[in-house]
Parts: sequence; structure tokens; C-alpha cells
Amino acid sequence: MLPTLSVLNLNGAVPQIAVAGAGMLIMLIDALFHRGSRRWAAYLALLGLAVALARVVESGASAETILDGALARDGLGMAFALVLIVAAALSVLVAMDYLRREEHERAEYYALILFATAGGLAMAMANDLVAVFIGLETLSISLYVLSAFFTGDAASREAALKYLLLGAFASAFFLYGIALLYGASGTTRLVEMGTAIRLAGTQADPLLWGGVALIIVGVGFKLALVPFHSWAPDVYQGAPTSVTAFMSVASKVAAFAALVRLLVVVLAPAAPLTSALLALLAVLTMTVGNILALAQDEVKRLLAYSSIAQAGYILVAAVAGEVGAAAVLFYLLGYAFTNLGAFAVVLAWSRRGEGRLPFSDLAGLGFRRPWTAAALSLFLLSLTGMPLTVGFVGKLYLFGAAVQAGWTWLAIVAVLNSVVSAFYYLRLVVIMYMREAEMPLALQRAGLALGVALAVCAAGVILLGLVPGVALDWARQAVAVVLS
Amino acid sequence: MLQYAWLVLVFPLAGVLINAFFGYRLGRRACGALATVAVALSFLWGVGILAGLLNLPAEAREVHLALWDWIVAADLHVGLSLLVDPLSVVMLLVVTGVGALIHLYSNGYMREDPDYARFFTYLNLFIVGMLLLVLADNFLLLYLGWEAVGLCSYLLIGFWYQKKSAADAGKKAFIVNRVGDFGFALGIMLIFATFGTLGFREVFERAPVTLQAGGAVATAITLLLFTGAIGKSAQIPLYVWLPDAMEGPTPVSALIHAATMVTAGVYMVARTHVLFALAPVSSAVVAAIGTLTAIYAATIALVQTDIKRVLAYSTISQLGYMFLAVGVGAYAAGIFHLTTHAFFKALLFLGAGSVIHALGGEQDMRRMGGLFSKLRVTGITFVVAWLAISGIPPLSGFFSKDEILAAAYHSGNVPLWLIGLITAGLTAFYMSRAVFLTFFGDSRVSHEAAHHLHESPPTMTVPLAVLAVLAAIAGLGASAFNGFLEPVFEGAHAAEAGGLPEAALIALSVLAAVVGIALAWLMYQRRAIAPERIGARVPSLHRLLYNAYYVDYGYQRLVVRPLHALAQWLARSFDLGVIDGIVNGVPALVSGMSRRLRGWQSGYVRRYALSLVFGVVIVTTVALVMVRTI
Amino acid sequence: MVPADFLPILVLIIVAVGMSAIAIALSALLGPHKSTPTKLMPYESGMVPVGDARLRFSIRFFVVAILFILFDVEAIFFYPWAVYFRRLGLFALIQIVVFVGILFVGYFYAWRKGALEWE
Repeated sequence: MLPTLSVLNLNGAVPQIAVAGAGMLIMLIDALFHRGSRRWAAYLALLGLAVALARVVESGASAETILDGALARDGLGMAFALVLIVAAALSVLVAMDYLRREEHERAEYYALILFATAGGLAMAMANDLVAVFIGLETLSISLYVLSAFFTGDAASREAALKYLLLGAFASAFFLYGIALLYGASGTTRLVEMGTAIRLAGTQADPLLWGGVALIIVGVGFKLALVPFHSWAPDVYQGAPTSVTAFMSVASKVAAFAALVRLLVVVLAPAAPLTSALLALLAVLTMTVGNILALAQDEVKRLLAYSSIAQAGYILVAAVAGEVGAAAVLFYLLGYAFTNLGAFAVVLAWSRRGEGRLPFSDLAGLGFRRPWTAAALSLFLLSLTGMPLTVGFVGKLYLFGAAVQAGWTWLAIVAVLNSVVSAFYYLRLVVIMYMREAEMPLALQRAGLALGVALAVCAAGVILLGLVPGVALDWARQAVAVVLS
Repeated sequence: MLQYAWLVLVFPLAGVLINAFFGYRLGRRACGALATVAVALSFLWGVGILAGLLNLPAEAREVHLALWDWIVAADLHVGLSLLVDPLSVVMLLVVTGVGALIHLYSNGYMREDPDYARFFTYLNLFIVGMLLLVLADNFLLLYLGWEAVGLCSYLLIGFWYQKKSAADAGKKAFIVNRVGDFGFALGIMLIFATFGTLGFREVFERAPVTLQAGGAVATAITLLLFTGAIGKSAQIPLYVWLPDAMEGPTPVSALIHAATMVTAGVYMVARTHVLFALAPVSSAVVAAIGTLTAIYAATIALVQTDIKRVLAYSTISQLGYMFLAVGVGAYAAGIFHLTTHAFFKALLFLGAGSVIHALGGEQDMRRMGGLFSKLRVTGITFVVAWLAISGIPPLSGFFSKDEILAAAYHSGNVPLWLIGLITAGLTAFYMSRAVFLTFFGDSRVSHEAAHHLHESPPTMTVPLAVLAVLAAIAGLGASAFNGFLEPVFEGAHAAEAGGLPEAALIALSVLAAVVGIALAWLMYQRRAIAPERIGARVPSLHRLLYNAYYVDYGYQRLVVRPLHALAQWLARSFDLGVIDGIVNGVPALVSGMSRRLRGWQSGYVRRYALSLVFGVVIVTTVALVMVRTI
Repeated sequence: MVPADFLPILVLIIVAVGMSAIAIALSALLGPHKSTPTKLMPYESGMVPVGDARLRFSIRFFVVAILFILFDVEAIFFYPWAVYFRRLGLFALIQIVVFVGILFVGYFYAWRKGALEWE
């Protein structure tokens, strides 16, 4: 049967269209009138994201497909899309003053953020492995370019090249995994693939399991899971800080969305394998990420390792499969606020022309910049998992899901890791409040947009920590509606 | 009244917020006054709550206040809900009452410190955390308070962070407590896994049904919870942080590291007595560790010369008593001792602080002496506290300690009782030694310090006087206290066995105290007297004094020196070698691994690609191996 | 398709790899090794190289090459559409217009940004 417009169901694809459309519009306008300030591009990007957000919130979830079955607008997809759009909007706010300060204010930045977001949205809602792949590539290629955005900066270029080479390598594995799964099931549509696998029973099929392994490699690369993490510290450190902030959140949201959907819709019969593999990776990721973070003396790289470890925590709930889906979603929502907030403070405090923020620069800032320091402390406490912040509730849910699914030992390893992580997170707080600055830095005033972003992030961390009920209910209801 | 119990949390919280943001702008006096008034208001409100509770019939004195649903999800329901029952009200009054007095005292003690606003902010924050801990109606909230007071303790030990020893001590406290907290967190997780809830009422109601008495789960849960208590309440083997915690300002030592926070472990065991009742093995462990710690710390206290360290080891030892009590099922006795100990130990610390203050920072008892006449109020109140902790009737310590020893005896575990009795003697001895060295005998104060010698201002002496009265008379309320607590611990009565009559037990414990004091008196007060000369003049007395000399000599040879050596050995080799080794070794090990792993992060893309391939090989191998096995 | 169906391909791979490996191994093992400067030159019997072969190319080649590949590859999508144009009808026409529209945005951008100019 030939496709018609009604099958496309374009109405449901408004979020993607709005985001990508805004990106293209920015490119066109910039090409036509490229003079003066680029503030308009940021506002246009925010507008596009706002339209997408409104559309996601207003249309609600339903178990139907769009674009001829390529995407699903079910609760799972829409919820992850929402988190992704919020993260992208915050990233735009965070970048506005930073780019101007670093004299790299160009409209392409916002266009690329939008394209990456569009790719992430496709991954979040994909109902077809090919759609997952296209989304992954759109996201990745945009991020490669964004990593190199500070063209004059050798570290930025190096980061981009490493990311590109290794990313292409990982994509190849992912593609091969898709091919094997296609071989095993005869389709790339997730729902049909799930049915085919279920019908085939749990008999050991090397094609299926090899495919699963390679898909996990591809997703694991995007999530920077150990041992596929080696690119992350260098890229996170070399890339412009605002890009690192976006990358550390958006890639995770998109990749976890795809992973959760795969686990729930397709791979439920292969749960023994996926759980074992993911548990192995989770232990490695948490432990190695945390241990490496302990040895850092610079905030940006510390946060890079910390976000590796954070992916490990989230994976603990992913191991639980369907039981952990809501926990993954909720944690990512909190993580978006927390991590973007922490990076926003790094942006505000790092020296001009330098992405680094050595620990020694933090000394004494607790009193010289009380509000920003309080915000950073809040984010760090949340990353540690202190009660009354979203990090605590989130971790409680992540580890609780693992316990519920019978992975108690994994939860214990995760709690132990959280304890270890307290050392390096709290060390920053101690330095801010308990050490005098040897040479006070000349700090620029944070701009309005950055201030707004910080305030939103802090409010999110506190509110979700104090009254998580609403968001938890939302997460649970969202993941209950899955196209399968 | 009762439904507004949450107001006790609001007052100090308001104090925290105001002092944190406007403390330095308010000025020194207003800042300290505000913090003090906030806690005093909490105390008054606590008295109101007590009145409200007393109005209820005894069996209805358990009010659960659900204030706010914090985490609501299908399987987990955790709210900010408070539990007001006799146990929590007693703790509430102790924390806010002693807390208010110590806040008042701090106004004088911290008069010179430029960081007053930070100090009072932390101190008020501590009160909030502690109240949350004792009023919590579920394990999660209890844990929250537990962590909050730990954080405050860490911040306050390292208050003078410019001093390396203070910063190190803070770190040590933090690290050691992490070990305990990890066990505690595991215990809570296990409770949730077992009961599916964290609320006290639900857990305690379901426990007798869900848990098999003496079963592995009950034992595991209680032992894990007790691990937390070991850390927080400084028991063997995690007590090492407490002596070092004396680096903090003295009011902090009095409030956090003597009167309130360190007793949180005892409170927690008492609170979860339903679970401990189902795990006799764990209860036995609690009693054994408590007793062992009691005598162990007391022996160390015998040889310390720093007045605050004597008190620190004494605190550890007294906490051991409390655990002995709750371990043998005498929960009310344990909490009673907790209360009287809060009075007299806070008093001792504040008195020591007053002495240190008067001497311009001197803490070594060898450079004190003869201060009684110079520091009248401090001296008199310190003597009251000394007699109270030594167990001299009718002061408070006598009643509470006697109750514990009696309970230990009746539990049928005579060795525990015997060790407790010996410890009582040791306690009397070392406290007497401290008093004689500090307040009596010849002055060994340096000229410089003697010149500035002055009694402390009224803000410091008034709390001393109030605490002295409390330490003196609190014991008289023993039976009322036990009657009040009874509904909480019903069904947890210590076994009444035969044996020595009550009066004999009392006589024995008084005897232990008197012997301890007398020994100290002979050794430290009368040592100027040369025994030979008296012996030559009065032969009949000679014999006695000879014996005394013999005791002194024997004590020196057989007890003090070996004990000294043992204490030294324990303090040096065990403390420093083993436990500090572990404490310092773990981070060293981790950072060593960290450095090694960092080698992988070479920056070469080819290396990274190789590790990627390595990962692919692992993952696919696991997958293909599992294909065969499943 | 079961794994067994891939067996001939596996055999082919093994034979291909094996043959070349054997050829290389044999020549390495049996061939005489007498290297002279002349023998070591890239073109033993050709021109004598002047200078280093690793020249720096202008980055503009790269931009032009990328653009060429992009638009060249995308032109391929037109063929199937053109072949089945009649059967696919209006719907496919709209689709290809959208496709070309997006391409045009990129082209326009590249053009206005000066990617097509050599100087």
C-alpha cells in the first residue's frame, strides 16, 4: 500500500518539525542578514523549543505512530522528549552570555543545538531501529561540529576530531547490531521485532544475542559507559563548556530513551542477557567513573567523570528493565537540572578563553559569590544524593527499582559508589567555603540569561527534591503507555 | 498543642536562615541572642508538648503527625511525619534544654571569634537536624536527621579550619562516620525490602509477624542499624573520631560530642527496640560492645593529661554504659542515663571550657591546679558534675548508673555487671584525678596565665549553675521518668532474676565510686606526704598507710603502669596503627588505583579505539557465552 | 536466513584472506632481501621524487569535496523517485519538494557563507 498524508500523521511530528524548522530558519536568516548581534538566533531557538514543548505537553500521549510508523508518540517517547526539550532550552540560555564573552557568538551554534535536539527527539520516539540510527547520527554529527565550535582553540578541534573518529567507529558497531537484529527478526520496526522475538521463544539465537550486544555497544558509546567511555573525558574537557553541558545531558536522555524502549518493547524475552550485560557495564561505569573523578583537580574534567558515573547509576535501574523505566525517566529529569546547573556555574566562573576551572579558583568564592556558590553547592549535593534534593529521591528510585527486580547486590554496589562520590563532590563545597583565595580572581558578572538558567535549575532541583510526588506520578504514568 | 509540635523545628530553622543570610549584618550580640532565643523557644514549646502528652491517658501517648507527603509513589510512601511519644519528647527536651543553655554559654565563649555568624548558623542547624532525628516517624527522616547532624558535626569540628589539626579531625570524623552510615543505610534498605515500608508504626507492627524471632533477617537488620550507632555513638571499633573531635570549640564538644548527637545511636536502638527484641544475638552484641567500650575507654581516660580528652574518653565510656543498658533490654534505664549524662557531661565540658577560657587556651592539666578558689562558680559546679558522674548518692549519676548495673545483673549476665562495676570505679578515679589536678593542690599555672586568671562572664556561669542543679537533682525523678517512658517500651522488660538483693547492688556500686575517689585522692591530693615519716611516728597508722602505700605502689606497678602501658599501647598502636591505618589506607588505596587508571586516559585516539574494541570483545563474548548457558 | 546460510560466504572470506596471506608470507620468507637505495625509492624505475609527498593541501579542497559528495549522493534519491513518478503521485511529489527544500536551505547557506568561493 502506498503511503498517504494521513499515514504520515504529521500533526504528531510537530515537535520534531518545529525544532528542526527553527534550526533551518536560523541558518537561512543568518545567511541572508549576517551582521551584528546573534541574540535573535537564541530567541528563535527558544521559540522553536517552546512550540515543541507546548505541543508535547498539550497533545498528550497515545499509543499511535507517526511518520508511517517510524516514530511512536506514546507516553515513554513523549516524556523523554519533554526532558530533552527542557534540557535543550536550558542549554541555549546557558550558552548565550558565554558565547558572547568568548567572542564566538555565531548563529550556527543555536541551529546545531536544535538539529541535535531534533535527532534526540527522533531517538526518544523512534519505533524503528533505522529511525533510532538516523536520530543517533543527527545528534552525533551536530555534536561533532559543536565540539569544534571554538575554531581557534586547539583543544576544541582535537576534541571534535576524537569524537568524530571514535563516534563513527561506534556507529558502525551499532549499525551492524541493527543488521543482526534484522537478520534475527526480519523487520526493523521495534513493535514487530518484539513480537517476532517473543514468538520465537527464548531459544538461544546467536544472531539475536550478538545483535543485542552490538546495539548495547553503540548505545554504550553514546552514554560513555565504561569501557566505551574513553572519548568522554577528553571531549568533555576540550569542547566549549556550554557544549559539554548540553552533550552530557542531551546524549544521555536520548540514548537512555532508546535503550529503555529497546529493553521494554523488544528485548524483554532476552532480559537475562541484557540485564547481565548492563549490570556488568553499570558496575564498571560507576566504579571507574568515580575512582577517576577522585584524582581530578579541575572542575570541568571532574564533572566529566562524574557524569560517566552518573550514567552508571541510571544503568542500575535500566538493568531492572520495565520496572526501572520510570526511575530512569525521573532521574534524567532531575539530572538535566542538576548537571546543567553545575556546568552553568563552571561557565560563569571559568576564566575567559579558558575552559578549565581549577579547584584553586574556587577558594573563597563561597563568600564572594554567595548565591552562585550556594547554587553550585546545591547541585553538588544533589549529584551526591543528599536528601531534600532531587538527586536523593532519584537515586532512591533507581536503586529501589534494582532491589525490586532482585538486583540487590547491584544496588549495594551503587550505594557504595555514591558514598565514594561524596568525597569529590563535597570537596568542592569545602574548598568554596573553607579555603581562602590566594589570589582573588577577577570574575565577570553572570549575565541575565545565565542567571535565569541557574535559577530554573536550582528551583528544579529543590522542587523535585521536596515534592517529587507529582513528577514521579507523571513518570510512572508516562512509561505505562508504551507502544508494543 | 500537640498538632503544632512541628513548631519546635521552625524556630531554629528560622534562626539558621536569618543568621546565614544576615548574621554578620545583625552584629555579634543580636546574632547570638537570636540563635539562643530560637532554641529556648523550642524548649518552651517542648515543655508545652510534654504537658499536652501528660494530659492524655498513658496508653494513648503516641501521636503521629503527618505534616507533608514528601515522596509518594505506588510502593513507597515517605512523608515528613513526626512521632510524638514519651521517648521523643524526652529527647526533644534534652536537646533543646541543654542546647539552649549551651547556646547561651557560647555567647560568652565565642565572644572573640570573628566568625560568630557562621558558628551560630551551624549550631542552630545542628538543633534542627537533631530534632528531626528524634522526632522522625520513619526511617528515612531519621536518616535525614542522622546525616544532617553528621554534617554539622563535621562543619563544627573543623570550625577553625585554618588549623590543620582541626581540619584533619573534621575529616576523620566524616570518614569514620561514613563507615557506620553505610551500614545504617544498608539496614534501612533491608527494612524496606523486608517490610515494603519505612514508617515506624507499620514496621514495628508488622515486625513480629514478618520477622522470625532470632532469624537471620532480624539479626541482619538490627546489626546493620547498630553499625550506624557504633559510628555515631563512638563505640569500638569506630570511636576514634570522638577524641579528635575535641579540636572543635568547647561548646560544640559539650553539645554535639557529649550531650546530644553522640547519643543518637542509643536513641535509635531504643526506638527500634521492637526489632532488637526479635534478634537476641544482636542485643547481646550491643550489650557486649557497650560494656567493652565502657571499660576500654575508661582505662584510656586514666592516663590522659588534656582535660578535654579525659572528658572525651569518659563520654565514650558512658555511651558504652548506655549501650549495655539497651543491650540487656533496660531501655528506660539507658535513656535515663542518656538524660543525666547530658546534664553532667555538658556541665563538665562547659566547666572545662570555662577553665580553658580563664587560662587563655591552656588544656593540659599538668599546668593547672588550685583553681577552685579562683574560679568559684566553675569550681563548685564542676565538683557537682564530678560527684554526679562518679555515682555518689543522691546525685543524678548514681541513680542512672545504678539502674543500668542492676539491669545488667538481673539479666543474668554477671560478667557484664562486674565489668560495669569496675568501670564505675575507674570512672570515679579518673574524674577525681581530673578534679584534683585541675582545681585543687598547688597551682602549676604559668605566671602569664595566672595574671589573666578570671572567672567567666555570667553568660557562661549561668548555664553552669542551671546544669549543676539539674545534674544534682535529676536522679530524684527516676521513678517518674521510668513510669513516663514505660508505655514506649512495654513488653521489653529486663528479666528479674534472683541473686544479690537490691541493696547489696547499690552498696557495691557506691563502694566502687568511693574507692575510685579515695584512690585518686590518695594519689593526687596527698602525694606530698612521704609514707615513711608517718609510719615512723604512728605505728598503728603506719600499717594502714603502708597498705595505702602498698596500694599506691601496687597500683603504680600492677595497675597504673600496665594500664598505662596498655592504654598507651591501645591508644598508640591500635588506634593509630590499625584503625587510623584503615581510615588513611582506604583513600590511599583508592587514589592509587585512580592514578593507575588515569594512565589509560592517554589522549591517543588509537588507544581509545583499542579500548572500544576491547569492550566490544567483552560484551559480545559475554553474550555468546550466555547463549550457550541459557 | 539462518547462520548456516552464510557458510559459503565464510568459506569465501577464509579462502580470500588465506590466499593473500600465503602469498605475502611466501614472498617474505622466500624472496631475497637485498635493499639498495634505488630499490627503496617509491618508483624504482620511474622519476626521482623531488621533495616530500606529504604536501599541505588547501582546506578549500576539503570543503568543495564535502559539498560535492553531499549534493551528489542526494541526487541519487531522485532516480527511484523519477522512475516511479507516475505511480507514486502527488504525495511523493510533495515529499520530494520538501526534500529539495531542505537541500536548498543547505545549499543557500553554503553559498551565502562563501563556501563556494575560492578566495
